[in-house]
Amino acid sequence: MAQTLDRNETGTESDQSSAAPNRAEARMWYYMRISGLILVFLALIHFAITHIVNDVVETDFAFVQTRWSNPLWRFFDWTLLALALSHGVIGVRTIAEDYIRKPRLRVAVKALLFTVVAGIFLLGTITIVTFSA
Amino acid sequence: MKVTLEILRYDPATDKAPHWESYEADVDPMDRVLDALHHVKWYTDGTLAFRRSCAHAVCGSDAMVINGENRLACQLLIKDASPEKPIKVEPIRGLAVEKDLIVDMEPFFDSYRSILPYLMHDGPEPDKEIYQSPEDRERFDDTTKCILCACCTTSCPIYWGSGSYVGPAAIVNAHRFIFDSRDDHADERLAILAEKSGVFRCRTAFNCTEACPREIKVTQAIQEVKREILYRSL
Repeated sequence: MAQTLDRNETGTESDQSSAAPNRAEARMWYYMRISGLILVFLALIHFAITHIVNDVVETDFAFVQTRWSNPLWRFFDWTLLALALSHGVIGVRTIAEDYIRKPRLRVAVKALLFTVVAGIFLLGTITIVTFSA
Repeated sequence: MKVTLEILRYDPATDKAPHWESYEADVDPMDRVLDALHHVKWYTDGTLAFRRSCAHAVCGSDAMVINGENRLACQLLIKDASPEKPIKVEPIRGLAVEKDLIVDMEPFFDSYRSILPYLMHDGPEPDKEIYQSPEDRERFDDTTKCILCACCTTSCPIYWGSGSYVGPAAIVNAHRFIFDSRDDHADERLAILAEKSGVFRCRTAFNCTEACPREIKVTQAIQEVKREILYRSL
C-alpha cells in the first residue's frame, strides 16, 4: 500500500552539487504554458477548417493538395505538428518522471518516447516539406 | 455521546498487512478526535499507537487521515467529524508506517533540511537586530505559520508517486527564507528547488492548500517560488 513505499529506493536524481543552476525544468515548465496557449488557437482553427467549415468527407487528398499549394498553410500545419508533438512529449515525460519509480525503466521509457516522437516529427516534416501535387 | 472509531491498525511485529479495527468511545461533541483516540488508548486498547504532543494544533505531531482528509486530530472536533457515522482514522500517506498511526517522518524532515531552513546573512555578525519593514515582513508572513505537521506533503499525489519530490512543506519553508529581506542566500535555495526533485514537480492539485491546518496558501507559495526561479532563468 502507498504508506509503506520506501522513499530511499526510488533513484532520486539530484545534482545539487553542480555549480550552475538547473534551468531546464523551469524552461520546460514555461514552454508547456506558452505552447499550450498557442495550441488552443491552432487546434481550434484546424478543427474548424477540417470539421466545420468543410465537411469531413471533403477533406481528402485533393483538399490537402489545394491547401498545401499555399506555403502559409504548410507552415501552419508544420507549427501545429511541432507544437503538439513537443507539448505532448514533455507532458508524457512528466508523467514518466512522476510515476515510474525504477530509474532504469524510467530512462528506457523516456528513450523510447523521445525516439518514437522524433520519428513521427521527422516523417511529418518530410511530408509537409516535400509534398508535391 | 457514543461514537465509533474505525482505525487502520498495523503492527509490523505481528501483522502482515494493515487492517481496520472498530472501537466505541464515550465523548462530548465538543471534544476533539484526539480525545476519542485517548479514550480508546486509555480505556479500551492500550496497544494503540499514535503521536501527539501539545494537543493544541501547535506542534503538528498528530496529523492523520480522518474520514479521508489530512487533519490534526487535536484540531478536529467530534461534531465536525460526521459522528453519526464511524469516524475513519488512518496514518498519513506516502511515508512508511511504523505502527498504527505512527509513520516514519525522517524522509519528510530530510526534504525540509535539504532547502536550508535557516537564516543566512552575509557580512559581519550584526550586534543588534536586523531591521525589516512591515511590508518586507508581510511578503513571507503566510509561510511563517508552518508547523511541519506534514499534512500538505502527505496529501500531495506527486509525493505519493514520486520518491524524489521535496514536497509542499519543504517549499513553503524555502519560501519563508527566499522572500525574507534579511536573508542573502535565496539563490542557493532556488537552485535546489530548480532541480528535477524540486518545485516544478508540483502539478497544482491544491490538495496541500486544502489539507493545511494553518490555512497557509501552500499552492500559491509554490507558484511564487516557481515564478521566482523562472524570472531568474530566462
